[in-house]
Amino acid sequence: MPEGYLPLFLFLIVAMIFPVVALGFAKLLRPSLPSGAKLEAYECGIKAASNARGRYTVRFYIVAILFVIFDVETIFLFPWAVRNQALGWFGVAEIAVFLLILIVGYVWAYRKGAFEWV
Amino acid sequence: MPANLFPAPVEIFRFLPEIILALGGTLIMVLEALTGDRQPKNALGHVSLAALFAALVAAVAVHGSPGPAFSSMLLVDGFATFFRVVVIAVGILTVFSSYRYLSREGANTGEYYALVLFSVAGQGVMVTANELIMIFIGLEISSIATYVMAGLLRDDARANESALKYFLLGSFATAFLLYGIAFLYGATGTTNLTAIRETVLRADGPSPLLLGLAAALMLVGFGFKISSAPFQMWAPDVYQGAPTPVTAFMSAGPKAAAFAIFLRVFVTIFEPIGDRWEPIIWVFALASMTIGNFAALTQSNVKRMLAYSSIAHAGYVLVALCARSDIGTAAAMFYLAAYALMNVGAFAVVAYICGKGEKYVGIDDLAGLGSRRPAVAAALTIFLCSLIGVPLTGGFFGKFYIFKAALESKLIWLTVLGLLNSAVAAYYYLRMLVVMYMREPGEATENLEPLPAGLRTALFTSAAGVLLLGIFPSRILEFAVQSAKLFGR
Repeated sequence: MPEGYLPLFLFLIVAMIFPVVALGFAKLLRPSLPSGAKLEAYECGIKAASNARGRYTVRFYIVAILFVIFDVETIFLFPWAVRNQALGWFGVAEIAVFLLILIVGYVWAYRKGAFEWV
Repeated sequence: MPANLFPAPVEIFRFLPEIILALGGTLIMVLEALTGDRQPKNALGHVSLAALFAALVAAVAVHGSPGPAFSSMLLVDGFATFFRVVVIAVGILTVFSSYRYLSREGANTGEYYALVLFSVAGQGVMVTANELIMIFIGLEISSIATYVMAGLLRDDARANESALKYFLLGSFATAFLLYGIAFLYGATGTTNLTAIRETVLRADGPSPLLLGLAAALMLVGFGFKISSAPFQMWAPDVYQGAPTPVTAFMSAGPKAAAFAIFLRVFVTIFEPIGDRWEPIIWVFALASMTIGNFAALTQSNVKRMLAYSSIAHAGYVLVALCARSDIGTAAAMFYLAAYALMNVGAFAVVAYICGKGEKYVGIDDLAGLGSRRPAVAAALTIFLCSLIGVPLTGGFFGKFYIFKAALESKLIWLTVLGLLNSAVAAYYYLRMLVVMYMREPGEATENLEPLPAGLRTALFTSAAGVLLLGIFPSRILEFAVQSAKLFGR
């Protein structure tokens, strides 16, 4: 078995050496003239408005978590929708149970004020 | 094909305890969300108790129709029923001992009771699982709920430290377990324990090297969860910082369930390479007992001391695992039942004494408990005697059966060292008794409130349970031996 991995191993070594050699040579050959213009967004990029490490409200976490939950819900709905004909009422029942659990979670989050902004 | 997917009614029945617990937890969350703060005092706690008692009845009833469920992902056997009853009982005792504590700390919320139910449901899945992925899912359900419970008091720095440490190290350990599961799947091509056992026992089975790697990784994961040395570092900090009823819960329920899956996995599928892991467990057992007991000697905080003592007790149970026999498995089961009762009881006493903000958790704060609250002191005496292993308590027979099993498997040195360890342990438990009965009452015991009804129920139920296991051990042990014999075959 190990001999089958030999090309992979060689590839790994080459992959590790290549960036070191390429970047090393570039560093030796190129002139070094740093300027403010070079740090700005290139051509079509958006101009930076402020520091990326600013502070923002912790409520974004709750919004993000809720988004993920309902996003995943949709992901589960798609395969069921595609196979709806084959699964029949069994599929409807299963997805109803799944949705019911999520709706309970939604009601809970709503009553707990997770959707109220400040 | 979809028709076969739908489980038969009997399969749903076999999963009934967990269904009840999950529905109960969901119901509590909805009730709390809909009623806001308007529900009567402790109502949500009573709902959780009702769900737990219903689950207990269901767990016993389900024992009447043993067998697999959901394409053999779950397996209801004697072993599963035994541990189901233990974890549900721990849940009940925890809820009883939580009422007063939570209202004192102003955290008497429905979420707490819902989390207890979810955690117990996860433990139920763990102990009935006959499939590695189900074991993993059960472990995660149980652990995540317990992480949140540890951080319940959000404004308390110690509780936050406890929750964060528990979460980070617990997740880290689970990753090891998952990696082990992946290797096992790679080696055998299945995640079903029965099928894995068949593959392992075949002459052209998987290579011992791959199996050994899987066993080693899973050992790390389980070692963390049962807080055995050398993976015990998190336990004292987490147990000390968490709210006391939560400490009682997580030192008993999740630990018993983790031991259950540990036993199931190692006794069922890693038995053929037993000669290779036995020495490792031998070292783990000795290290846990020694580190736990000697570290407990110097503690002045009761919760921290009990945390080290729980590490030592994990060591005793590992001795039983090391014996690699049916009687060893049965002894481990019996010990875990006794341990769960006495540990929850001892922590319930701490939850009573500690006062608002857990001011009084030193051993010295027990001073005078014997004269001020004789009944509580008597209950604590029973728990401590059981933890030492004094006859007529469950702890005695637990230790007795474990060391008997170890001797039958020719583990003479481990038995000798284990017994010496028990003698060391007697010192720090007896010191609590001395402080309790022979010292004048201090600030903590002078201003004790009357014993609340919930705590009284928890204390006397667990004390009665410990005595019952100590005076009439034969029926429980007989059940454990019968379950162990059928195990994995």
